[in-house]
Amino acid sequence: MKLRTLTLGLLSASALAFAAHAESITIATVNNADMIRMQTLTDDFAKANPDIKLNWVTLEENVLRERVTTDIATKGGQYDVMTIGTYEVPIWAKQSWLLPLDKLGDDYDAKDILPAIAGGLSVDGKLYAAPFYGESSFVMYRKDLMDKAGLKMPDAPTWDFIKQAADKMTDRANGVNGVCLRGKAGWGENMAFLTAMSNSFGARWFDENWKPQFDQPEWKNTLQFYVDLMKADGPEGASSNGFNENLALFQQGKCGMWIDATVAASMVSDPKSSKVADKVGYALAPDNGLGKRGNWLWAWSLAIPAGTQKADAAEKFVSWATSKHYSELVASKLGWASAPPGTRTSLYANAEYQKAAPFAKMTLDSINAADPTHPTVKPVPYVGVQFVAIPEFQGLGTTVGQLFSAALAGQSSVDDALKQAQDAATAAMTEGGYIK
Amino acid sequence: MARAVTTQHKTIATAAAWIVALLIFFPILYTIITSFKSEQEAIQGFNLIPSGTFESYSEVQAQSGYFKFFFNSVLLSVGSTILALLVAIPAAWSMAFSPSKRTKDILMWMLSTKMMPAVAVLFPIYLIFRDTGLLDSRIGLMIMLMLINLPIVVWMLYTYFREIPGEILEAARMDGASLWNEIIYVLTPMAVPGIASTMLLNIILAWNEAFWTIRLTTTNAAPLTAFISSFSSPQGLFWAKLSAASTLAIAPILIMGWFSQKQLVRGLTFGAVK
Repeated sequence: MKLRTLTLGLLSASALAFAAHAESITIATVNNADMIRMQTLTDDFAKANPDIKLNWVTLEENVLRERVTTDIATKGGQYDVMTIGTYEVPIWAKQSWLLPLDKLGDDYDAKDILPAIAGGLSVDGKLYAAPFYGESSFVMYRKDLMDKAGLKMPDAPTWDFIKQAADKMTDRANGVNGVCLRGKAGWGENMAFLTAMSNSFGARWFDENWKPQFDQPEWKNTLQFYVDLMKADGPEGASSNGFNENLALFQQGKCGMWIDATVAASMVSDPKSSKVADKVGYALAPDNGLGKRGNWLWAWSLAIPAGTQKADAAEKFVSWATSKHYSELVASKLGWASAPPGTRTSLYANAEYQKAAPFAKMTLDSINAADPTHPTVKPVPYVGVQFVAIPEFQGLGTTVGQLFSAALAGQSSVDDALKQAQDAATAAMTEGGYIK
Repeated sequence: MARAVTTQHKTIATAAAWIVALLIFFPILYTIITSFKSEQEAIQGFNLIPSGTFESYSEVQAQSGYFKFFFNSVLLSVGSTILALLVAIPAAWSMAFSPSKRTKDILMWMLSTKMMPAVAVLFPIYLIFRDTGLLDSRIGLMIMLMLINLPIVVWMLYTYFREIPGEILEAARMDGASLWNEIIYVLTPMAVPGIASTMLLNIILAWNEAFWTIRLTTTNAAPLTAFISSFSSPQGLFWAKLSAASTLAIAPILIMGWFSQKQLVRGLTFGAVK
């Protein structure tokens, strides 16, 4: 009896010692399908790393951005791994807020990360965040409506073709809008689309000396084309439509075309949620023959804040979550179509993935067509395709987004919106010390 | 004739009250209805009849355990209320029964702190919490919620205490009661209805507080407000799940409010007619 008590005591003591040794890391993330899926698959990580416990904090995108910014700026140390986008990475890395990821392991194969994505997450050749999923934007269109209109969508359409197709497909009596585009104000909403679109019109946010360029003809052409197109062929109330609203419209068969994130392809082609799943075709984002397409580049990525006390455990997790092994794990449990897209070259070389995801090639071509370091026709002093990677952009982007959304809603003219955008940008750049 | 007019007036007044009540309650009702829809139904426009599916509830529960957040909400709202009462009862006593020239100014100043936008003090508070190790701790958040609601609690108690005749307290003093005995054995029992309704209101305010409870917590102390916030999605449909999470989060406080509505209404209108 005594021996048993002693053994039990020893076992409990060693269990306690083990528990005390176990390290817990806190991961801040957004709520999207890929991230939620990862939370259900962490047993695999726990098996290989029994001494690391994972705590998840899932937040709405804007709240997450505000929370992690507060924490990282004050070195609060609340998070050990943060989910951030391509906008934050270069800015935060330059502030020394992030740790470089140089211990991802021998079998990690960082060279396999798509070059366009890796470029957006690196500063001075060092990777500061590992992509969990990446996306560009492209045209999703209804093949049946194109046939009915007597047109054939080229792999690389022009804006003129999009306009022509939208005009022909619009059938408002039957609730079909030729084209659905973002109109909801926000730097990550309508401005992501419009900034990328403006690149293909030869426009840019700033010239080489940070002088705002909204008073130039290229921006006028962009905004006028967008407003005219949406008035003629867009859905009602388009100025309050973001990604989710347009997704619902497209899934219900109310859009002939939708130009948005490549990640939407798996949603519009899912027969469980989409009425038009078997009728969707894909094409590159449109251009105007100037050498740049209107597609963006974004990657939700995992980064480690400089304030963490658990950098090694955090890096082990980042390595696991963004590895080839993780893609294979998802594929083995849920099929290849569910593998996180847009991060690794090897995924797109995988025949099984190509078979399961008919949009794979177009997604890869779209990502490769985006160059965050040379996003525009004319030279610019900034990095970023659908954003400008400076701290002032969040506020300024949203202000300009509100002005352009008002122009779409008919509350102001295109000229007024551009003039006010120019004034707002000039004020923000002067205040930020970029111009005098 | 006069009776007919009175009846007519009553009917109109009742109808108006119902309309206003329905208008106020409608967003909550629609949230509950939406929680029983599928994601596709939820985004298809206005519809008052759901298909009656429970899939959002099961997904919400599977995705993040409700009870951990619920437990934190109960602990934070009740804990912060008790803390607030401990501070506010003596404060309100002194202001009601031993007012000075500046009592009114102090009361106004306390209330003015509620007029400042919370985000203005986010960084200083965050730094204080970081340096004192209170980030993501229940006790830290309890103190924060107590401080936020303290002006309202003091004001409400002050109004109740003013209704209690000072002579009763004087009589207690004549009988040799000490200050604390006077507060604990004479004043508090007489003010129980007032304290109870203040408590209820404070619990509701603390339960619904979303700015600080989301910003000062991560996992350990996160209450139901953080639970709701985790169901908003940038890419993908989420209205039904968000509605289910919201319904689960407001249900306990809604039920509590329903049962204690008499106390609440009495508390809120106390001292209004003089």
